[in-house]
Amino acid sequence: MIKVKNLTKKFHDFVAVDNISFSVNDGEIFAFLGPNGAGKSTTIKMLTTLLSPTGGAITLNDHDPVREPDIVRRSFGIVFQDPSLDDELTAWENMELHGVLYDVPDKLRKERAEQLLKFVDLWERKNSLVKEFSGGMKRRLEIARGLLHHPKIIFLDEPTLGLDPQTRNHMWAYLKELNKNEGTTIFFTTHYMEEAERIAQRIAIIDHGKIIASGTSADLKSQTKTNSLEEAFLALTGKTIREETANSTDRMRMGRQRWRR
Amino acid sequence: MRQIKRYLRSRSRIIGSLGQPLLFLLALGYGFGSVFQKAGEGNYLNFLAPGIIGMSIIFTAIFSGIEIIWDRQFGFLKEMMVAPMSRISIMIGRTLGGATVATAQGLIVLLISLLFGFHPYNWVLIIPAIPIMFVVALLFTALGTMIASLLDDMQGFQLIMNFLVMPLFFLSGALFPLQGLPKALSIIAQLDPLSYGIDALRDLLIGLSYYGLGRDILILCTVTLVFLFLGSYFFKKIQI
Repeated sequence: MIKVKNLTKKFHDFVAVDNISFSVNDGEIFAFLGPNGAGKSTTIKMLTTLLSPTGGAITLNDHDPVREPDIVRRSFGIVFQDPSLDDELTAWENMELHGVLYDVPDKLRKERAEQLLKFVDLWERKNSLVKEFSGGMKRRLEIARGLLHHPKIIFLDEPTLGLDPQTRNHMWAYLKELNKNEGTTIFFTTHYMEEAERIAQRIAIIDHGKIIASGTSADLKSQTKTNSLEEAFLALTGKTIREETANSTDRMRMGRQRWRR
Repeated sequence: MRQIKRYLRSRSRIIGSLGQPLLFLLALGYGFGSVFQKAGEGNYLNFLAPGIIGMSIIFTAIFSGIEIIWDRQFGFLKEMMVAPMSRISIMIGRTLGGATVATAQGLIVLLISLLFGFHPYNWVLIIPAIPIMFVVALLFTALGTMIASLLDDMQGFQLIMNFLVMPLFFLSGALFPLQGLPKALSIIAQLDPLSYGIDALRDLLIGLSYYGLGRDILILCTVTLVFLFLGSYFFKKIQI
């Protein structure tokens, strides 16, 4: 489903993603882990056509996000790390707009929007403006929206951040079901190691822009001779809190701004 | 792309922004009225009304262009950017939507000014004035989009207000006749696209033109195309 070869992204002299290669199979649940500022979000942005790579090649559903962005955009759904809803519209209007943007036929759009809103428990609130929603409600709405157009693959960038355990469990149960029934490939990042361990079939760990380990959670544990994924993660990425984390993101932002002008 | 237009329209928009043009129209219209009349130029309110219509259009248009900054701030822009539509149609859709809103705003101001004693010299000519208003709106929405694509925070916003929108408005001949201006001011007014928009409106609404309608339309359309082109170019380059 996803093939990435020698992918690199530089922001001026700062290398955010350094020559990484990995692949995700059809229908797989894949976790992409790493400390803050390791290059996770940058990689997702490149996979989802929001950033163009400095070097290397990506194919997503057999198409190249750089050369055929529209075909690629049609095949994935995404839930971003921070909210991307239109606050001034109602939940229903947000769903509608998404459906229209993705060319989902009228009837199907309404059916599916209803089904998804009911699933995330927002059906009663469908006519409320999004700005009245709490953080968790927004997140749920975003997940529902990302699934509206039946994507073959769904990207979730820290989807469970700020959700209570009930919602988190509910959400994963649904995603797993979706994965089983429709074969939707799931690509997610998270800081909750137990979540990755429980849900992902395969895991890759990225640090300083390089993939330092990948495999099943059992592989990673036996590789590092540890008992839990959390320990394995710490063994691989070190225990120090990243002082340079802020720096690298700042540098990235600065680089981006300079680059943009 | 139409869809986005629809969305922009359906958005709950507060038309409270009518206050300022109204204030200008009444305060200036009645305030300067007598001086204007003494100078032998006729009814100032009549002269001013097309200028105020132009003003409400340019304000609304540039603001809707600039909404991209808000969308970036609130993250909604990302949702648009991953949608399977070409960047150009997103940009064009937004611009058309914004321009429609701005034109509606201009029409409302026109209606209000009619209430306060504005007399167009030929009622039928209000109809061709509407497409002119739309072109002006398009021009400035595209300009707003272009600027917003280059900026990424709200800080730049005040700057635009003070150094772009205000001068564009004040130097456009919206408030005073372009005849007999000092040379420097007249050159600046010639560089201001809004001058031509207001001149064209004035020609149609009160039969008074400085540049001539043909030239107005030609310049308006050319500049609009250039801004649309530049706007889509810079919009395409947005990376999040």
